[in-house]
Amino acid sequence: MSEIVATDRTAAVPRARIRQSFFRDPWRKPYFLQGITIGYLLWSLLPVLIAVIFSFNAGRSRSTWQGFSLRWWTGDEFDSLFRDPDLRRAMFQTFRLALSTVVLAVPLGTAFAIGIDRWHGRPARSANFLMLLSFVLPEMILGVSLFLMFTQLLNNVFNLGTNVQILGLVTFQMSYPLVIVRARLLSIGPEYEEAAMDLGAKPSQSIRRVLLPLLSPAILASIAVVFADSVDDFVIVRFLSGAASSEPLSVKIYSAARASPTPAVNAAATVMLFATMLVIVVGYLLYRRYSKGQQGADVGSFAQL
Amino acid sequence: MASAETTAESKGRRRNRADEAAGRGGAWFPRWYWPSFTLPGILWLAVLFLLPFYTVLSVAFGYVEPLFRTPLPVYQPWYWSFATFDTTLQKFYANDTIYLQPLIRTFVFVSFASVICLVLGYAVAYYAARYAGKYRVLILVLLVSPFWISYLMRIYAWQSLLTPDGYISDIWSIFAEPVNWLAGKPVTVILGLVYGYIPFMILPLFGSLDRINQNLLEAGRDLGASPAQTFRRVTLPLSKPAILAGMVIVSLPMFGDYYTNDLLGSTQTSMLGNLISLTVFGAGQGPEAGSLTIVLMVIVVVPMLYYLRETKRAAERA
Repeated sequence: MSEIVATDRTAAVPRARIRQSFFRDPWRKPYFLQGITIGYLLWSLLPVLIAVIFSFNAGRSRSTWQGFSLRWWTGDEFDSLFRDPDLRRAMFQTFRLALSTVVLAVPLGTAFAIGIDRWHGRPARSANFLMLLSFVLPEMILGVSLFLMFTQLLNNVFNLGTNVQILGLVTFQMSYPLVIVRARLLSIGPEYEEAAMDLGAKPSQSIRRVLLPLLSPAILASIAVVFADSVDDFVIVRFLSGAASSEPLSVKIYSAARASPTPAVNAAATVMLFATMLVIVVGYLLYRRYSKGQQGADVGSFAQL
Repeated sequence: MASAETTAESKGRRRNRADEAAGRGGAWFPRWYWPSFTLPGILWLAVLFLLPFYTVLSVAFGYVEPLFRTPLPVYQPWYWSFATFDTTLQKFYANDTIYLQPLIRTFVFVSFASVICLVLGYAVAYYAARYAGKYRVLILVLLVSPFWISYLMRIYAWQSLLTPDGYISDIWSIFAEPVNWLAGKPVTVILGLVYGYIPFMILPLFGSLDRINQNLLEAGRDLGASPAQTFRRVTLPLSKPAILAGMVIVSLPMFGDYYTNDLLGSTQTSMLGNLISLTVFGAGQGPEAGSLTIVLMVIVVVPMLYYLRETKRAAERA
């Protein structure tokens, strides 16, 4: 790429030399791309790191460093993350929503994936299409639609709040297990189950004792992905939160960022960060353990999920 | 991924399916057996995915309660009124064009941000797929990690850096006049969108570039193509599906985005998503919010269907 930059006459000689060396060794180190990649990684991760560091700021500012303290984690009696009742409630709300979503969305999505893998026909194709549509639809549209439904059509049945937030999250997250489990189903094929049934297993037994163990890496990966993504969700959860008590951390960050945030917000974001990272790392380790000796058990394939 | 193996396996499966259909081999299942697995999911989607859309239509084509200014949805399609929908649309093109600016802005911001995502993302994915060498796993982990950091936190982190006493402003003011980056600067919002959504571009590109057979590139070079020609005539066509998929997958959520602008911009940079998020909670603006949501749906439906068709084709090819 660098040879394009040189244009004036004095640079003509080095330019030719660069050209030549480029032809002689086209597999030389690509310094230009390397620079871009390193620059990109710094650009993408450094701001987050700085935000984490600022949760330990001693002053009220989230942008000017005033010394180290735990004031915004535990120290401050009213405004710190673990002692402000508002933020504590939000923290519990975040994990309550994420856990409930996992409990509902993973079995629903997994069963759907198994069923749709074996059921062929027009209704099956439409159902699959609908499910994938919910996967790519901008969250904004789903959020507004659900908000209008729960406040208009079903306003006598449900109130905005935790229950409704879980329903909305499950709708949005259900397609992750579908995609992950389906990919795994395609790669293991039906032979193991057929072998089990040839050996006398009933269909239900072959599913429980052959298929589900084979699917366990994919199910584990879905659990990790759905949990992490539910913790980070903002759009749906905000539209469907009722009173301030049902607002999770992501919504609190949003509201605070538009008003006057203190480093307690950074602490809240850090908690979310470590929760999702922990779940993803544990999920990955279990995934690797369960899929040992099978193809696609490397970081790359987990990342592709 | 060993793609040859998966192809062989799926071929084997197709044969088995043919056997099953012909009544040979495989186990016998009642007709309802496999559909029953999908039933909970289908019911769930019917109530929580299709019904909400119907409500949006009913609200958009309904009325406003005159006293309390709450929406009065009309659930019978034969009584639908298109008055509010029409007035809303007129705000885009007729005498009172207050929505035209945000709409144009949305398209401009999304186009710029997607193209920057593509150029930057391609370079990074290309490096990670072809040259990362022993750092491959590390780079991959670092590339994936933004996925698991809350979007809000990432934008909040930038907001902190860009405030008038933040580090970026400090560094900037050494070289030039101080600028308030958060006072409705299009550059800030566009770069915020790029920052937020570029991971969704890099991963498909990486997957696609990683699958390109090195022999093809060497063959291109052996046959006398320059590196640039090899890139243009071998690498680029082979990664074209991923480029298009990446463009769709980053631009779809950008069209509905409102929080990036809420944190990094002002009303001078508001987009379609901002209009929706403001009207949806506004008194007497329910039908208008519904109408704007329909506009947003119309904008995203073509790229969305394109993406679904392409992923289906890719799955069939594999």
